[in-house]
Amino acid sequence: MNLLKWYREMLLIRVFEESVGKLFTQGLAPGTSHLSIGQEACAVGAVSVLDSTDQVFSTHRGHGHFLAKGGDPMMLMAEILGRSGGYGNGFGGSQHTSYPPIGFIGTNGITGGNIPVATGAALATKTLGTGRVVICFFGDGASNQGTFHESLNMASLWKLPIIFFVENNRYAQWTSVTRSTSVESIATRGIAYNIPGVTVDGMDVNAVYEVTAEAVKLARSGGGPTLIEAETYRLTGHSKSDVKTTMYRPEEEELVWYQRDPIHLLRDRILENKFADDVKLDGIDNDVRHIIEEATRQALDSPIEDLNLAFTGVYADRGA
Amino acid sequence: MELRYREAINLALREEMAADPRVIVMGEEVASPQGGAFAVTGGLVQEFTTDRVIDTPISENGFVGVAVGAATSGLRPVVEIMFSDFVALAADQLINHAAKFHYMYAGRITVPMVVRAASGGYRGYGATHSQFPAAWFMNVPGLKILAPFSPADARWMLRWAIEDENPVLFLEHKLLYGLTGEVPETAEIPDQISANVLREGTDVTLVGFSYVLGMALDAADQLQQDDISVEVIDIRSIKPLDMETILESVEKTGRIVIVEEGPKTGGVGAEIAAVVAERALPYLDGRVIRVAAADTPIPSSLELERAVLPDVDQIATACVDSLSWE
Repeated sequence: MNLLKWYREMLLIRVFEESVGKLFTQGLAPGTSHLSIGQEACAVGAVSVLDSTDQVFSTHRGHGHFLAKGGDPMMLMAEILGRSGGYGNGFGGSQHTSYPPIGFIGTNGITGGNIPVATGAALATKTLGTGRVVICFFGDGASNQGTFHESLNMASLWKLPIIFFVENNRYAQWTSVTRSTSVESIATRGIAYNIPGVTVDGMDVNAVYEVTAEAVKLARSGGGPTLIEAETYRLTGHSKSDVKTTMYRPEEEELVWYQRDPIHLLRDRILENKFADDVKLDGIDNDVRHIIEEATRQALDSPIEDLNLAFTGVYADRGA
Repeated sequence: MELRYREAINLALREEMAADPRVIVMGEEVASPQGGAFAVTGGLVQEFTTDRVIDTPISENGFVGVAVGAATSGLRPVVEIMFSDFVALAADQLINHAAKFHYMYAGRITVPMVVRAASGGYRGYGATHSQFPAAWFMNVPGLKILAPFSPADARWMLRWAIEDENPVLFLEHKLLYGLTGEVPETAEIPDQISANVLREGTDVTLVGFSYVLGMALDAADQLQQDDISVEVIDIRSIKPLDMETILESVEKTGRIVIVEEGPKTGGVGAEIAAVVAERALPYLDGRVIRVAAADTPIPSSLELERAVLPDVDQIATACVDSLSWE
């Protein structure tokens, strides 16, 4: 049953990120972190279309993508906390996580930086005939980087098996799309590159799944890329630096979107259709909360990496 | 066999592509009949098809990024940048992506790729088509930077770069492309690239890389007539830098002159001079001298350009000046 599976996965991301937010507030996490609370339907709906060998490229706001691709909450949490036992033993942190064995190539702190990189992975897929498909997530802000335009052009020219997935949460940090982006619909930018562009309700996990499934089918059959724009919203701030989001977002707008919390929408749909009752869903909630509490506890108990290792690993060994 | 520098590079590409199906070549005009603006990749597309020899749009940051991604996912791309000045367009992908991935992803990702760039001036092409950008990238942990001088070196050093697991910036020189040299039938590819003593001497160590080494050798010939014996060292690998060979020579001669085609401030010579000061000061019998381009953009008129770039006379004078503390 997809809806229940999605409910669980979306909730896992939500509770994980609430825990991350709390650790930052408590001063237990270093640096910064960008939460995707409110955007879980994008990560879960899109990634659940993929096979385990397909690849996902992500952004600075990537915990959800990683967990949706099968990332382990404890190892991701330990990485965010800068601990040994995290995916990168504290070398990467929140914005630089990677685990190729599950097809998660990486979060990336350069806005739009991963768009050509993901395009290159799609080129490798095509050249090597591996049959893989690549999903590249990025935000509305990244669609104004040159890398977006250069990459869409090349992916279209070479008919690469890639889905460009824009999570349009309406704000590039604190700047509204209306002040930064020349088009009303980012999906229409596909026209310039002869790529199909579709807009989808990013708060509706089923709708995200369906448009992504179509795009993946096209990519796998050699039909080339699709640009998907999911309309979504951050239910929290850009990063830990903007607690008061109404400094740049109208309160009325926020209230409208808060009513569209993707997890609440999904829960309502499950209940309406009687796919499960409250008791069953509450059971999932408790289960997920327990997993994240345990992951957080273990991550906090993890040691800091041996400091001598900070000076190693700049270069890969020859002939590795 | 006698080969031009560009033919030696072409041979290296051909050898690596034949040996490893993961090696691809990409860049502007690389699949054109001539094979790029400097006729280096000619014939490759006929042998290896457009699947592996890929003409790109004019999108340097984009296609260098594509190469980074391809390298993370099973290919070994060799990218051509038509003029090395344009590497600046791809700086983000080189500095923030290619060079950092292995370290910041804790070894989970490797980026085996080469960016070949036609570098250097003395051709009257002006400010945006004439730079030698080695020093820009010396400050980037995770990158390697090579600059071959002879055709033989160009061939095995490119093969070394393609076989390496890290991103390598491979700086070729436009005025070397047409020069010929003896290239052994079989290329010996060592594990590490050390500096190479091109000419032995006892009075001054003269260090450089790429095209200006020709001037350095001419200067050494001239000075020989005045009984000044100059040791000329080709550093070949700018990053990592083989300082041991240089320091060994300085211990012998007690003097050092560093010549490069890039601007003097913050140049490769500045780094070498600093390491000499840190590690070999007691051996010095004269001033450390850098010969480099002036701190200006490159002017277009051939005469103006020559005025700001190093020449044989400057190098010879620097060697004489390095003999004492005066």
